[in-house]
Amino acid sequence: MSRGRTWFEALAGGNSAQPNGPASLLLAEATLGGEKVSYLALAPDPQARFPRARGGEVGVEESWYGARAIQQIIEAGRNGAKRPILTIVDATSQAYGLREELVGIHLAAAALIAAYAEARMAGHPVIALIVGRAVSASFLVLCGQANRVLAFDDPQVLVHAMYKDATARITRRTVEELDALGESIVPMAYDIQSFNKLGGLHRLLHVAAPDAPNSEAVEQVKSALIDAIADARRGPHDLSSRLASQGAQQYRKASLAVRAKMAEQWAAL
Amino acid sequence: MTTAAQLPEEVLALSARYSYIEMNARTRAGQLLDPGTFCELLGPFDRIESPWLPMQDIVPQSDDGCIVAKGTIDGKPAVAIALEGKFQGGSIGEVSGMKMATALALARQGCERGIPTRAVLSLESGGVRLQEANIGELVIAEICAELIALRQHVPVVVVVAGMTGCFGGMSLAAGLASYVVMTRQARLSMNGPEVIEQEAGIEELDARDRPLIWSICGGAQRHATGIADVLVEDDAAEIAQAVRALFKRGEPTHLRSAAHELYIERLAQLDPVQPWSAEQIREMWKDQTP
Repeated sequence: MSRGRTWFEALAGGNSAQPNGPASLLLAEATLGGEKVSYLALAPDPQARFPRARGGEVGVEESWYGARAIQQIIEAGRNGAKRPILTIVDATSQAYGLREELVGIHLAAAALIAAYAEARMAGHPVIALIVGRAVSASFLVLCGQANRVLAFDDPQVLVHAMYKDATARITRRTVEELDALGESIVPMAYDIQSFNKLGGLHRLLHVAAPDAPNSEAVEQVKSALIDAIADARRGPHDLSSRLASQGAQQYRKASLAVRAKMAEQWAAL
Repeated sequence: MTTAAQLPEEVLALSARYSYIEMNARTRAGQLLDPGTFCELLGPFDRIESPWLPMQDIVPQSDDGCIVAKGTIDGKPAVAIALEGKFQGGSIGEVSGMKMATALALARQGCERGIPTRAVLSLESGGVRLQEANIGELVIAEICAELIALRQHVPVVVVVAGMTGCFGGMSLAAGLASYVVMTRQARLSMNGPEVIEQEAGIEELDARDRPLIWSICGGAQRHATGIADVLVEDDAAEIAQAVRALFKRGEPTHLRSAAHELYIERLAQLDPVQPWSAEQIREMWKDQTP
């Protein structure tokens, strides 16, 4: 069983799939910290309709059905409580296929990104918990718009623009050269501690046995999610916490310089 | 004896046309704004360059491949953002991406203060810059967030002209846009053909098969299937006119990225085990407006 499914089941209990939706998209309602929350995750499905999306990738069906599910949560909360949306992230990448491009996988992914962002702007705490892989568009789609991103502090947890072997081929470097670069160039490193330095995470969680969680570990993660929800509710409904982080002060100086200087020039015109 | 050149009318028409594709990003940004209103922000003399490229012995560029200019479109306040496909493939690094995100944020703040500010993006990009990998990912997320926030106030127009194409993170920006303008030369796709071939094998896609690739994600196909709104010739004046016309049209009745019901139905009608052709998708989708 994939880590994503393991943690989805441990945290959310059962799964209530979308009508006619892909079995790779896991959705459930549960109670957490005394309130209703929605969980979402992706998991491999060897029988998936789209052959290129059988390994837990962000594919066209996962994206469009996921977008619809989140839009329904926003609609249900329009005049009431803004239910937290918790995504358990373990997704290899986006689906790479000719059919996917023909039907516009970029648009499907954009729809899910927009759904997450609109939920956040409407006041729903949007939390991503990275338990496995969040690579390339699977990071952008499942974590990119979250108010708060948590990740397990574990060697199997990976956030990156591209897997190491593909990066090596495209940038004409060896894997050893990439590893050496990652030592000095933090955004190129492949370990989650380095990603944390950039200010992209709210918290790193040290969880014992992340592949086979016991009840203690599940309670620990639930309590971290409750804290993250409360923290998101205290802050603005945007992504500003990332650039306001200690890490960004140190590793995203150029970002901060661009923001300050452009605002100054804009105001002067 | 005089010989007056007798040129056919189509040749004369072509000679009066200026290619948008051949323009660099700065000229493109100027072309999209009203003449004489181009005012660049964080221009090359501000010297805000990628801090990460020199560390890898790669020569940076003083605009980092992203031009941001304030001006007007049809007399209304506007910002034009153009990516330079000839610098690092138009890739999104910390500085180029943050210029885009900040420009979108400033336009939104203008809207919130009662100064509606139009945003037009000219995108040429292979996606995230691998030399700045994870900061690129974070910045693309911030671009998406700002674009979604801005389109609640004013239409956001994306132009994809070519020849680099619009891939990866920037294909997401195009997916989020209110309107998309393309030329026949342009491509709009999440994964580039080389990446698909590498990840899924040559039997999935032969990246050297250019007619096949353009048939999938070229401007003509994207327009015929409702993924782009306007198909234009590679004519700078025609492209600027198309952008003005879209802002005049105002908010779209439906955002393309909100069309989940339509796309769920479309996907249900397709059999993913069969091979599909671009013509088949065109035929199936021709009467459905997103």
